[in-house]
Amino acid sequence: MSSATEAAAAERRYIDALNEGMATALEEDERVVVMGIDVGAGGGIFRVTKGLYERFGPERVIDTPIAEMGYVGAAVGAAMTGLRPIVEIMFMDFVGVCLDPILNQAAKLRYMTAGALEIPVVFRMQTGAGKAAGAQHSQSLEAWFAHVPGLKVVLPATVADARDLMLAAVRDPNPVVFVENRRLYGSKGDIDADPLPLGKARVARPGEQVTVLTWGQMLRTCLAAAEEGDASLEVIDLRSLAPLDMETILASVRRTGRLLIVHEAIQDFGAGAEIAARVGDQLFDELRTPVRRLGTPTVPMPFSPDLEKALLPTSKAISTAAEALVAEG
Amino acid sequence: MSTSVQASTTDSPAVPERELFATMALIRAFETRVAELYRDGEIPGFVHTSLGQEAVAAGVGEALADDDYVATTHRGHGHCLARGMDVDAMMAELFARGAGICHGKGGSMHVADPSHGVLGANAIVGASLPLAVGAGLSSKHLSQGRVAVAFFGEGAVNQGAFHEAVNLAAIWSLPVLLVCENNIYAEFSDSRTLTRVPSVVERCAAYGVDATAVDGNDVAAVYELASAAAARCRAGEGPFLIEAATYRWHGHYEGDPQPYKPDGEEASWRERDPLEVSGKRLAAVGEASAAEQATLREEAGARVEAAIERARSLPAPDLEEAYADVFGD
Repeated sequence: MSSATEAAAAERRYIDALNEGMATALEEDERVVVMGIDVGAGGGIFRVTKGLYERFGPERVIDTPIAEMGYVGAAVGAAMTGLRPIVEIMFMDFVGVCLDPILNQAAKLRYMTAGALEIPVVFRMQTGAGKAAGAQHSQSLEAWFAHVPGLKVVLPATVADARDLMLAAVRDPNPVVFVENRRLYGSKGDIDADPLPLGKARVARPGEQVTVLTWGQMLRTCLAAAEEGDASLEVIDLRSLAPLDMETILASVRRTGRLLIVHEAIQDFGAGAEIAARVGDQLFDELRTPVRRLGTPTVPMPFSPDLEKALLPTSKAISTAAEALVAEG
Repeated sequence: MSTSVQASTTDSPAVPERELFATMALIRAFETRVAELYRDGEIPGFVHTSLGQEAVAAGVGEALADDDYVATTHRGHGHCLARGMDVDAMMAELFARGAGICHGKGGSMHVADPSHGVLGANAIVGASLPLAVGAGLSSKHLSQGRVAVAFFGEGAVNQGAFHEAVNLAAIWSLPVLLVCENNIYAEFSDSRTLTRVPSVVERCAAYGVDATAVDGNDVAAVYELASAAAARCRAGEGPFLIEAATYRWHGHYEGDPQPYKPDGEEASWRERDPLEVSGKRLAAVGEASAAEQATLREEAGARVEAAIERARSLPAPDLEEAYADVFGD
């Protein structure tokens, strides 16, 4: 094994893979800049950008004031004019103060100018419940963005994807909402030699009886459910909501005849509803049971770790739901 | 803040008043006809005219280099025309034709032409500011030598986007020229009742950004100030704000009955019609007689009529256009 292959195969943390993806992007293209609150000299509140400032300098790794509307908007303006910014929104919940540059500018301007403007920007945002962070620091809002034409929505669940989807997002000529779950930051894994492209889902574990479709950190919970339960689960890591790889989903559900969609986001009006509708529409006659969803109940995330734990889907709940589907038909 | 940029310094370029007059005449002719065509139902959607404010667009537009960036507002026809946007393609866009500059997908509020540095009119009040800051960031980091101009009204100065953007331009010392058209009205409301500090120059001082007020109905004064300010931006001295005092002859949108304007106010501003202010000077110095000015205005009118006739004859966009340009490859 060559040393390069060895390095590629070496186990690393998700957070380091994100960092590596950004470093590679900064290295390979001088138009790439990293922007956000404390991403520079401080190395990022979660240390995701650690070392980039020292390596690439303050012109490329830019600390911003706590002014998301301003700096996210500036990142979009910079993307329209030659730079390729990776802009961090520290918590996904904070998009409430800077939605316009994402919703009305980045997502729309290519279309409204008939392709005359290109907006290659990556909106990194970190999300996730389970850390007693309260209702304003725990939300999974990916469905909002998937609902907006013109945005790609990427949710890396593995260490390999943390690096590879980051690089793919930066190289993409479109605005990409890049969702990191902070509970994954410390998770370990290997880098794939042959990255799957952005827009393709991945069968994370083959199985026979129930297709379990998920994304983000719920992948680990679903894989645990597959280990723990009695039913044979085929676990699919969706990787991106937009584009949505229906082909992989439909191929799996055709074989299993059963679909369980699991996401950390609120279940009601979540992305699972759209996928369930599409599968119902296209595979109505081939489904052995109705499509089921498992997400968080429609309440703001409470602070109490006990309450929080009670609301988030567990591996037990997933395996039980899957077994119920098998029993049903 | 005090004026650190003086209009009429000895090294200022000579004022090309005849060209400025011709640009104002074009904007006047264009918008006068657009207002009528909108009233008559030939132009769909929303239309916001800048009639009465032409000197700001013409003066700033003429002061810029060909590739400088301009981000503008819902009231942006004048800025686009002053930057050389093609009259035919622009009129066709307002008519929602497939041959429009945005293939009929932008309209009056979103005309854009990056080939002339015009990053677009924008229907979100205040959005031009962060976008221009981003363009300034590109210019600085990629050594483009381009000035980024944000046009906005004094109504936008109450948006957070203004404050965040001005602060960013200041701390990063970007080549951003902030051009506030203070036309007294924020949509239907007298702006002086919406802040305790109606002077935008004063508000700007809080950010350590130099700013100068100018008679926005005097195109030569605007041109001289904008030329000096743009040169300053280009020299790396950071952002500068121009507050141009002017007046919106028409309503917020075409069709606005304007019950909020006090009797006599509009008439007094019409007495200081920017075309007449400039025209008197042109005649006085012997550069263009009243007859020659009339000819310039007739030529502008003919140019606009030709664009209207062409736009009328053009087809609507092909249906496929609706699906094009959402994403780039």
